[in-house]
Amino acid sequence: MIAVIDYGMGNIHSVRKALESKGGRVRVTNSPSDIERADKLVLPGVGAFGDAMKELHRRRLDDAIRQHVARGRIFLGICLGMHLLFESSRESASATGLGILKGAVNAFRAERGLKVPHMGWNQIHFRRQECALFRNIASGSSVYFCHSYFPVPADAGCIAAQTDYGRLFASVIWQGNVYAMQFHPEKSQAVGLAIMDNFVRL
Amino acid sequence: MLTKRIIPCLDIKNGRVVKGVKFLGLRDAGDPVAAAMEYDRQAADELVFLDITASYERRKTLVRLVEKIAKNIFMPFTVGGGISGVSDIRDLLNAGADKVSVNTSAVGNPELIARASRKFGSQCIVVAIDARKRTSPGARGWSVYTHGGRTRTGLEAVSWARRAARLGAGEILLTSMDRDGTRGGYDIALTRAVCEAVTVPVIASGGAGTKEHFRDCFLKSRCDACLAASLFHYRELDIRRLKQYLKKNRIPVRIENAHRSHT
Repeated sequence: MIAVIDYGMGNIHSVRKALESKGGRVRVTNSPSDIERADKLVLPGVGAFGDAMKELHRRRLDDAIRQHVARGRIFLGICLGMHLLFESSRESASATGLGILKGAVNAFRAERGLKVPHMGWNQIHFRRQECALFRNIASGSSVYFCHSYFPVPADAGCIAAQTDYGRLFASVIWQGNVYAMQFHPEKSQAVGLAIMDNFVRL
Repeated sequence: MLTKRIIPCLDIKNGRVVKGVKFLGLRDAGDPVAAAMEYDRQAADELVFLDITASYERRKTLVRLVEKIAKNIFMPFTVGGGISGVSDIRDLLNAGADKVSVNTSAVGNPELIARASRKFGSQCIVVAIDARKRTSPGARGWSVYTHGGRTRTGLEAVSWARRAARLGAGEILLTSMDRDGTRGGYDIALTRAVCEAVTVPVIASGGAGTKEHFRDCFLKSRCDACLAASLFHYRELDIRRLKQYLKKNRIPVRIENAHRSHT
C-alpha cells in the first residue's frame, strides 16, 4: 500500500489519482498507524515550510515519517515535501525540518531578469541515469515546476537530476530508499505519469 | 531552460464553456471537462478556467467542476471568478486547482493577496488584471476594470500590477480589454510595460488571432505565457502546430512526445 500523507497542505488528490492511474493501491491518510503499515510513503504539499512542519508535528507524522525511512521503506517527497526532508529553510528561518537529508533550502532571487516564482515547464538533466524513476524517460524531458525555493543538499552525490534556472539546482534527489522531486509529476502529463509508473513499480 | 507557455482559457458560465467578444455576446462552446481533456491531449502547457459571471452575481465558485477536472487531467490549471476570500481559495486549491486567480476582490481588498500568499504560497496566487487604454486627453497608461469588465476603477494597470506583486502575487494574468475578442494581436505595449514593472511571471491575454501574434508577443515583451480562448476552442489554431512554429522562430517551447520529450 502507498500512503499519501494529507496534512492540510494543499491538494493531494491529483497525486492520488496519478498513482492510481498507474495501478498503485493508495491510501490518503494523516494517521501514524497507516504510515506504519505502508510499503511506500508519499509526502506532497504546497505552502510554507514552517506551517508544514507544524502540521506534521501536531499530527505526530514527523516521527512516523522518520521511522518509515529508517526502516528502509520507500519514500517520495514532492515539492514542499522535498524541502521538508532537509534541516532548515530560508522560507521559515525558525523552523526545523525533518533532517532526513543534510542540507538546507534556499530561495531564488529576482535579479538579473530572473522571475520568481520559477513557474512552468523546464528540463530535468540526469546526473544519475540509473535512478529507477527515470526508466523510459529521456534526460532533458520537460516537467512542470511551480516554486520559489530549492534545496541545496550537503552531499551533492544524492542529486539524481538537476535543472537550470538562473543556476543549476537539484530537481530530483535519490539517496537509497529516499526519492524527492521539486517539480510536480502529477501535473507533468505523460512524462510525469511515466515517473509515477516507475515509482509504483519500485 | 524554462519554456514559454501556451495556455488555453476556458470561460465558464453555468458550468459550460463560453467566450465573449469584448465580454459581450456569449456563445456556448461545450463541456469544460471534455475541453480540458482535449487540451491535455494536445499538450497545452496549462489551463485557465474563469467563471466570468461569478463576481458580478456574487456566486460562489466552481468547486465541483474543479474536482471533476482534477480527476481527469494531469496538467496544471488555474481557476478564477467570484473568489472573495481565503476560504474560497482554500476550497478551490483543495478541490485540485494549482493556482487561483483573483481580480475584483483583490482590488477591493488588496490585503487578500498578502494573506492568501502567506497562507498558501505566492506560487498559487494569480492576480488577474483587466486593463483598457486611457483615452481622455492627457491621460496616460491603462485603467483597471473589475466585475468582468463592467466597473472602471481609479487604478492604473502597471502600478496595480507592481503593487499586487509586492503584496505577494505569484503571477499576473494581464488581459487587454481593448484587444479581447478582436483577434487583432496582443497589446504589446501594455504587456511590455507590466513585464518591466514586476519580477513575477506575466501571462498575456486578449487579442490572439494568428500564430504570428504569439511570436510577436514573446519576442517583443518579456511575457512568460500567452493565453487564448476561442482561437483554440474552435480549433482554428492547433497548439502543436503553433508550438512548432514558435520553435522555428527560436522561442523556447515544450514539444512533447509521450515518453520522450525534448525542447
